[in-house]
Amino acid sequence: MTSVTNDLVVADVQGGPSRSLWARHENMLLGLLAVAAFMLFWEFSVVFGWVNPLFTSSPTRIVAAGAAMVRDGSIWNDLAVSGLEFALGYGLAVIVGVPLGILMGWYRRFNALLEPFVNALYATPRIALMPLIIIWFGVDLSSKIAIIFLSTVFPILVNTMTGVRTIDRDFIKVARSFGASDGQLFTTVALPSSVPNLLTGLRLGLGHALIGIVVGEMYGASAGIGYMMQTAGATFQTDRVMVGILIIAAAGMALTQVLRIIENRFEGWRVDHRG
Amino acid sequence: MKLCARGVRIDFWNERIKRNLRVLDCIDLDVREGELLAIVGPSGCGKSTFLGAVDGLVKTGAGDIRVDGVSVDKPGADRAMVFQQDSLFPWRTVMRNISYGLELQGRMARAEIRDRAASLVELVGLKGFGEHYPHELSGGMRQRVNIARALATDPKLLLLDEPFAALDAQTREFMQVELMKILARAKKTALFITHQIDEAVFLADRVAVFSARPARIKAIVDVDLPGQRTLESKLQPRFRDLQERIWRLIEEEAERTGLMTSTVGA
Ligand SMILES: Nc1ncnc2c1ncn2[C@@H]1O[C@H](COP(=O)(O)OP(=O)(O)OP(=O)(O)O)[C@@H](O)[C@H]1O
Ligand SMILES: [Mg+2]
Repeated sequence: MTSVTNDLVVADVQGGPSRSLWARHENMLLGLLAVAAFMLFWEFSVVFGWVNPLFTSSPTRIVAAGAAMVRDGSIWNDLAVSGLEFALGYGLAVIVGVPLGILMGWYRRFNALLEPFVNALYATPRIALMPLIIIWFGVDLSSKIAIIFLSTVFPILVNTMTGVRTIDRDFIKVARSFGASDGQLFTTVALPSSVPNLLTGLRLGLGHALIGIVVGEMYGASAGIGYMMQTAGATFQTDRVMVGILIIAAAGMALTQVLRIIENRFEGWRVDHRG
Repeated sequence: MKLCARGVRIDFWNERIKRNLRVLDCIDLDVREGELLAIVGPSGCGKSTFLGAVDGLVKTGAGDIRVDGVSVDKPGADRAMVFQQDSLFPWRTVMRNISYGLELQGRMARAEIRDRAASLVELVGLKGFGEHYPHELSGGMRQRVNIARALATDPKLLLLDEPFAALDAQTREFMQVELMKILARAKKTALFITHQIDEAVFLADRVAVFSARPARIKAIVDVDLPGQRTLESKLQPRFRDLQERIWRLIEEEAERTGLMTSTVGA
């Protein structure tokens, strides 16, 4: 038995109300400890002059830069702009991607018609489309929505489609045996069995949406987190760039976590979780 | 007669040999009202296919299947199938799995469906598990739900395709007794496929032995065991005789097609 499994066994045996704070949250506390150690090291590297803060920034500088941005109020506008772009782009991708994925998964002919386009666009790095998007939509809100939409819609569509298409044949037999019509087969078997895949698609789409925000705003914008990072970077304001990175990372982690929790709730729906 | 099958023939296109494979060849079979008829036969001979045809899921090439005198051509509410694999919907609770057939029919009110599902949960001995999901149940419990789901639409003919094949020996014996009770309470006619000869003899009024593919009815054995059947019945000499006889019939088939060369006792 390796030491890892040993630890797990021990942690299990120790379970119960009497466990100490440390024992209950050991993994999280270890993680926090590592992050804290890294921050200290980073800070002192600057203090002792081992690295140039112009390039590396430092935790206290990032906090100071963030506080200044909150004080002058600029951060709120950037957050609001990026948030709106995300909500509209991602929302549109869900509204379009889920129904299209369902239809493509269900109707063979519909799939045959759209598959070449989906495959081609899914395989193309969406950033490559950015110049076209700027030509078509300009540099205002609509071009950001477009790039976020294009980044997000394919992972959502493809996963939903896979979910609908990979229905267990046994379930189809059961439904038919109970006299299900095509419509009933769709609503009582195809839709529910595709939910876990659909949620996975939504989660994967999130990451793509965040990339879309940053790339879209760097290409040409007048506000937003990505725009702020772009202008700060161009003027060597490393501290402000770091603030932007932290915001994007935090948003990504938080949103992914929310979807992961929802996904876990539907874990039992996965067909391979039978017996 | 509950079920009347005459000259049923089914061919399947086989992709590998690029021609039709005859699976059922002129099956004649009658099932009497209220009886439990077991089907046994070599693996792959076409038992599931026949049951599928009775359910209306598989089209027949020739012949006629009648349930209560009405020709079968598609699934209907007068028949219900308990499938070989436990195929409960993982996204539905026990209650809602059981009410599935009734929901599809859309003839009953919601409250009525709930009441019926609840009484079936009790009938199969799962009281208190109505709101559980299939993945929270043991194999034996899932098969009970599977049976309850088939009983829910109140079919006149119950079709069971090796319902206990995936269970361990102990649970299987227990479920055999349970199924006997459930069927007696629900007063159903049933067609039952199994690989376990003792299961067939224990549960059935008659046992139909299918020949190797293309399947015909090789023999029909009357299970004339005296008195109430309990697990102890399996120890009676008469029970063993019947088991032996059916085993020999299947063995002959297996040997004829070269599936088996050695001789193994029952
Ligand atoms: N949909 C199908 N298409 C083509 N061939 C099929 C199909 N279903 C069954 N078969 C073939 O028909 C034959 C009989 O299959 P069936 O499942 O009825 O056998 P079985 O007696 O139930 O076997 P087992 O005891 O192993 O369950 C097999 O050779 C199988 O390969
Ligand atoms: Mg079978």
